[in-house]
Amino acid sequence: MIIQGKTIVYNRENINTDEIIPARYLSTSDPDQLATHCMEDLDKDFLKKRDGMGAEVMVTGANMGCGSSREHAPVAIKHASIKAVVAPSYARIFFRNAINTGLPIFECKDHEFYTGVKDGHEIKIDADAGTIENVTTAKHYKIQPLPPFLQDLISHGGLVQFARKIKG
Amino acid sequence: MMGKTIAEKILATKCGKESVAPGEFVLADIDLALANDITAPIAIKQFKEITTRVWNKEKIALVLDHFTPNKDVASAEQSKFIREFAKEQDITHFYDTGRVGIEHCLLPEQGLVAPGELVIGADSHTCTYGALGAFATGMGSTDIGVAFAIGKAWFKVPESIKFVYTGCLQKWVSGKDLILATIGKIGVDGANYKVMEFTGPVIDSLSMAGRFTMCNMAIEAGGKAGIVNPDEKTKEYVKDRVGRKIRIFKSDPDAVYVDTIQIDCTSLEPQVSFPHLPENAKPISEVTKMNIKIDQVVIGSCTNGRLEDLQVAASILKGHQVSKDVRCIVFPGTQDIYRQAIKAGIVDQLVEANCAVSTPTCGPCLGGHSGILAAGERAISTTNRNFVGRMGHTSSEIYLASPAIAAATAVKGYICAPEDI
Repeated sequence: MIIQGKTIVYNRENINTDEIIPARYLSTSDPDQLATHCMEDLDKDFLKKRDGMGAEVMVTGANMGCGSSREHAPVAIKHASIKAVVAPSYARIFFRNAINTGLPIFECKDHEFYTGVKDGHEIKIDADAGTIENVTTAKHYKIQPLPPFLQDLISHGGLVQFARKIKG
Repeated sequence: MMGKTIAEKILATKCGKESVAPGEFVLADIDLALANDITAPIAIKQFKEITTRVWNKEKIALVLDHFTPNKDVASAEQSKFIREFAKEQDITHFYDTGRVGIEHCLLPEQGLVAPGELVIGADSHTCTYGALGAFATGMGSTDIGVAFAIGKAWFKVPESIKFVYTGCLQKWVSGKDLILATIGKIGVDGANYKVMEFTGPVIDSLSMAGRFTMCNMAIEAGGKAGIVNPDEKTKEYVKDRVGRKIRIFKSDPDAVYVDTIQIDCTSLEPQVSFPHLPENAKPISEVTKMNIKIDQVVIGSCTNGRLEDLQVAASILKGHQVSKDVRCIVFPGTQDIYRQAIKAGIVDQLVEANCAVSTPTCGPCLGGHSGILAAGERAISTTNRNFVGRMGHTSSEIYLASPAIAAATAVKGYICAPEDI
């Protein structure tokens, strides 16, 4: 899997699910409606910036997605046309929800990637090779490979498909 | 063979293995799958993608507690959708307005969780049930929808951190203060992916309510679960609640931990966590000096909505009045707690002190309804999160504390200790 696109960067740790999708919008589970409020309490101009830059990859600080179990958070990001997220680490429920709902997320532990990357940089993620290239600065970094169990889950097409197979 | 932790023993049993080790991925059988009015709609939709009948109608709990009594048309539609599903599938443990309580107070009280069981919930505070010696963890709606269909979920066996609490607790120091101090020490991702196993003489003498409060906030340090090895108190708690056969697991003395953290509690003061992260904990003596004025006090929630919590608050408010500049809102955790609080005269004391006492709901804790903060307002709350905008406007502020500190603050109008009134 190769994902390439321009970045929107939030170089802050502990971005929480209340910032990603505030609870006041949880009276719906419609993905497109959720997307219209994506990142609202962190940056009310997120959607404008995304459109302005044509951003498709979100880069954040560590412990991304901490807080509640709301699956609405990765769903909102995915349906806000974000193709992938890159962070040094994720809160575990957010990580799980992203995998289960098909939002590709990558762990890059290389500090230099974050000091180098700026809004609007072009980056290229090669999931199979385990690399990220910042095309704009022509620098390469490593990403953490996904464990085989999760690769298997993804190759089934996500958790629901996986369950269908078990159910037979 | 090397010793095992209680978490490893429960997970091994539930996936039919002799033993499991941290890092291993397993598919395990679930004893109970929970969802609420926010997370169930997506879970049900995912379930319907897989099959038409639930795996076990007695092992599913649907609890309409977040936006109920319904705050608007959209939330009423969500409740209606779940209600119809519960009826169609004949779900045994469906809780609607009038019977519902805040899920993590309700399920243990109703005997739906027992020691040694494996519980998953589409709510991050599902980790509360670790207080019973169960392995309980929050997941997303898709995980729960899949569990509704097949009765299983995948787990990465977590490493455990052992916390050893020693010494004697000072007056007014509660489970809430222990956990706020702990999160203050290790940070909001200090236990990410890991089990927080709470041990030591202080935990042994802590009430069940205090243990629930501590396990409830394991997630605020990123923990996958909080857990207490079951003892006589646990058995006493479940005795008249759980009819089925229970299995007690305990960590072996030679179990392997990724870290052991000793906390001497003798000089520990009541704690207050400052905006906007639960890790910003400070001792009350330091906070009182800062003269932090408060607009709203919230007492209740899955963290501190148990009878003991209301008792403490009422004992401090008795003979006093809530400050004229403060709104004090109290949310009992369940209908049963509410009734007991009425019978014990607690509700009368609270209302007499000018508290607003509400039906059980998660409402204000997540900025849903019944206590939203305006721009620039400040609240002290016995809830579990003080993120930006969590209880209302993004410029409002939340301070987390115990019921004792919250009640004292309600009287004085600034953050203070019970001794100050």
